[in-house]
Amino acid sequence: MAPIELLLFAFLIAVALLVARLRDLLAAALLLGIFSLLCAGLFVLNDAVDVAFTEAAVGAGVSTILLLGTLSLTRREEKSQPTRWAPLVVVFVTGGALALGILDMPAYGDPTAPIHQHLAPDYIAGTAAEFGIPNVVTAILTSYRGFDTLGETAVIVTAAIGILALLASGRRWKGGAP
Amino acid sequence: MKIEPVGMREKTILRVVARLFIPFILLFALYVQFHGDYGPGGGFQAGVIFAAGFVLYGLIFGLPTLQRVVPFIVVEASVAIGLLLYAGVGVATVLLGGAFLDYRVLDAHDATQGLHLGILLVEFGVGLAVAGAMLVIFYAFAGRRSD
Repeated sequence: MAPIELLLFAFLIAVALLVARLRDLLAAALLLGIFSLLCAGLFVLNDAVDVAFTEAAVGAGVSTILLLGTLSLTRREEKSQPTRWAPLVVVFVTGGALALGILDMPAYGDPTAPIHQHLAPDYIAGTAAEFGIPNVVTAILTSYRGFDTLGETAVIVTAAIGILALLASGRRWKGGAP
Repeated sequence: MKIEPVGMREKTILRVVARLFIPFILLFALYVQFHGDYGPGGGFQAGVIFAAGFVLYGLIFGLPTLQRVVPFIVVEASVAIGLLLYAGVGVATVLLGGAFLDYRVLDAHDATQGLHLGILLVEFGVGLAVAGAMLVIFYAFAGRRSD
């Protein structure tokens, strides 16, 4: 693993711990934006620029604004709660099980991992041969996995409808101010 | 003395910088949208960036001003039109004798041209739906703040 990746992972863990510890929700929301930006940096280092793009735009950009918008409707400080030990035990046991599980996974960034051997070579060869476009991700998203993307678009539309149903009930939206 | 209705209206630097930046943000979103076949990006990222440009405008100049620029009905319609465009391309390919979302039949002579056209239309549908959905969510949240 390159030193820059180790550095980003170290920052990632530090930011995550800080977010969990902070009582100031405004600072926590801004730190979550930094968390997304660090993730985007890691994605770029893995040559996953499309995912990095999405992470930076959605995670660091829009969702931070939505969190701040939510914060303006509520308090800025988290209420202090007594430490409860049972959830902590559950979290540690689950985390330990997950850590045990990833011991059998291929090494980080391993190009010979099974996931890169199954369909990916066909997609890469097919994109060049059939589509004549350089971006394999676009070909996979819109054509090879066109049904999936249609479903994902429907999910986003459903989310918008759900937000409207939750936050706009009993008001006239048509043309006017919400 | 007139009291400004929105919080950030009096911040001159923010207003000037936002005015400078927003056209480039929107232009970049269009680049990401229509250059997605060749570079990183595509409809989803472009939609989010496009919406982010308007969200920035709304944050600086206030929700009422934003709603004069982009009325809510336009935002709401673009969500639906985006999904309908995507599904409509699928229906069109069926009517042209192919499988659902088999873009090759969109061009009678050149399958590759059909693929390119299909991808362009479908990505545009995704972009419309995502940009609309982001703005719907922003409108809903920001609209609650003012009451």
